[in-house]
Amino acid sequence: MNITNLFKIAMKAIGANKMRSFLTMLGIIIGVSSVIIMLALGHGAKETIKQDIQETDPGTIMIIPGPDYETLEGDWLPEYSQTLKPADYQSILEQNKYLKSLSPMVFSDGQLVCGNNNHSTTVYGVNDQYPAISGQVVEKGSIFTEEEIHSSAKVCVIGKSIVDKLYDKDADPIGTVIRINNIPVAVVGVLKSKGKDITGRDQDDLVLMPYTTVMKRMNPWQNYYNMIYATAENEKMIDLAMKDVTEILRANHKIKEGDMQDFNVRSLEQAVSMVDSVMGALTLLLSCIAGISLLVGGIGIMNIMYVSVTERTREIGLRMSVGARTRDIMNQFLIEAILISVTGGLIGVLIGASIAYFARFILMNFTEHHFLIAVEPWTVLLAFAICTITGVFFGWYPAKKAANLDPIDALRYE
Amino acid sequence: MAQKPVIELEGIRRDFIVGSETVHALRGVSFTIHEGEFVTIMGTSGSGKSTLLNILGCLDTPTSGEYRLDGTPVRTMSKTQRAVLRNRKIGFVFQSYNLLAKTTAVENVELPLMYNSAIGARERRDRAVTALQRVGLGDRLNHKSNQMSGGQMQRVAIARALVNDPAVILADEATGNLDTRTSFEILVLFQQLHAEGRTIIFVTHNPEIAQYSTRTITLSDGKLREDRVNTNILDATVKLASLPVEEE
Repeated sequence: MNITNLFKIAMKAIGANKMRSFLTMLGIIIGVSSVIIMLALGHGAKETIKQDIQETDPGTIMIIPGPDYETLEGDWLPEYSQTLKPADYQSILEQNKYLKSLSPMVFSDGQLVCGNNNHSTTVYGVNDQYPAISGQVVEKGSIFTEEEIHSSAKVCVIGKSIVDKLYDKDADPIGTVIRINNIPVAVVGVLKSKGKDITGRDQDDLVLMPYTTVMKRMNPWQNYYNMIYATAENEKMIDLAMKDVTEILRANHKIKEGDMQDFNVRSLEQAVSMVDSVMGALTLLLSCIAGISLLVGGIGIMNIMYVSVTERTREIGLRMSVGARTRDIMNQFLIEAILISVTGGLIGVLIGASIAYFARFILMNFTEHHFLIAVEPWTVLLAFAICTITGVFFGWYPAKKAANLDPIDALRYE
Repeated sequence: MAQKPVIELEGIRRDFIVGSETVHALRGVSFTIHEGEFVTIMGTSGSGKSTLLNILGCLDTPTSGEYRLDGTPVRTMSKTQRAVLRNRKIGFVFQSYNLLAKTTAVENVELPLMYNSAIGARERRDRAVTALQRVGLGDRLNHKSNQMSGGQMQRVAIARALVNDPAVILADEATGNLDTRTSFEILVLFQQLHAEGRTIIFVTHNPEIAQYSTRTITLSDGKLREDRVNTNILDATVKLASLPVEEE
């Protein structure tokens, strides 16, 4: 029997038991739509993180104090956080061969007061090269000057959220003075808004100040940097630059071959690929959990196909008596199973994709998240492939049972 | 009536193993049926007539002995070969019609041709319509099986048995589920088909039907007890005319 007729028979059989077929499909629909949603979320998370990171200079290198946490033996000692000294920064600044920019970073909690408004945030002590490294743009005013850094001037550049919190609408913050931890600081610049990152953290809720000012006036006890940021001349030189910086610091810290290194040099590239692999693993895990419902759906198909074969035993006997071969009967029931699972898959893809894009629409339009949820074409193909395989796999035994019926017994089946 | 032999049986035996015992359903049956014969196969239950019918219909193979259908030896054939043979050479008519549920008369009659890839959709439909017209259902082509009476359903089944132009029509108690009048209507149809040259084998336990066939083979205890050519063939139309018309 040709494939068109087999499809007609299968459609008729499904149509004859609409409710039952729909309920059977429901298992597949739920399974496929959840897999599609999970993959769309995973893809969205990855893309969003990538987009966030793209704003930062791709050649970014981070110099972090303390030994590598993952290979560290014993406890993390407090002094591990204090290994990057101003002398290290000076050495790198003077000796580096592959760096484009370099900025120390010190953190401080900041209690901000402006008129009747107050707000607490994190103050980042950096130099004038930092906005270029982190992909921040000074929208109004300008970043503090080298001279201001040198003199530990009481100046700051503030994020958009700080402006919203401390100032009235339409007020110009440039030139005004706010109090940070009771120190009067002049606002010299406002950063362009970056919105929220994927974790929901407000990237505009920050204050940049000269690192010298933060160390001298806010954290007078601090004689080390929390981090040092740098960028390589170009992306190809990242590895060279990392090696170069490592050598300079090892020499400075007098670390011998085989000794534990008390600092870490990492590239943004590494961080991105780590995030990528973590997100990939998470997506896989969630998809597998969603896939379990697909398995349950498949078992539902198998069950209903057994019922269908039993119900239609006489029909099978008749078909055999008028010349249906084993193969014809097998194909008939396999196609019925595949049709149920693929139709379920199609509906599942539509529902899954609708929910994914609806969630994206809601997030984008009603919250400040920019979460790039997207259904990739390959996931749709995957869903169909899985559905076909599910249909064949779970339809196989019932179809085999039907095809192996003895026509004499089947014809007499009551 | 020295026509070409359609069915040749030589020493057919069929054993079934039931538990630890062997049941001999057929114990060496031999006969030949020629083209154009209308044979009734009679026998009480347990006589082996169902087993014989299954073997004649190529649904089962004998344990030993040879069966040639239209010249083709069947015993050594594979399951698939027998399916193809049934498709081309045999037309079945069952006691309980065995029509596909919720399916039109035409679609039911088309069924055997569906399993013959040499026949296209157009020819299939034409032949099904012709077969239905032949059994007097030309005006009910698109009636579904559940909208028809028993007699009509059996006519559809006969049309289905005719549609592949088989070498032999095998009817298994084809009037068993029908009332007397309808039974004779069906019998009239069989006699007409016979008159047109069809070879018909009618398995029944009803001796009355045997009077309308050309030859009666009686089985008993797995053996051929009697093989008698009927010299006084009754006309079913006469009998039908004598029956009172039932009120619907």
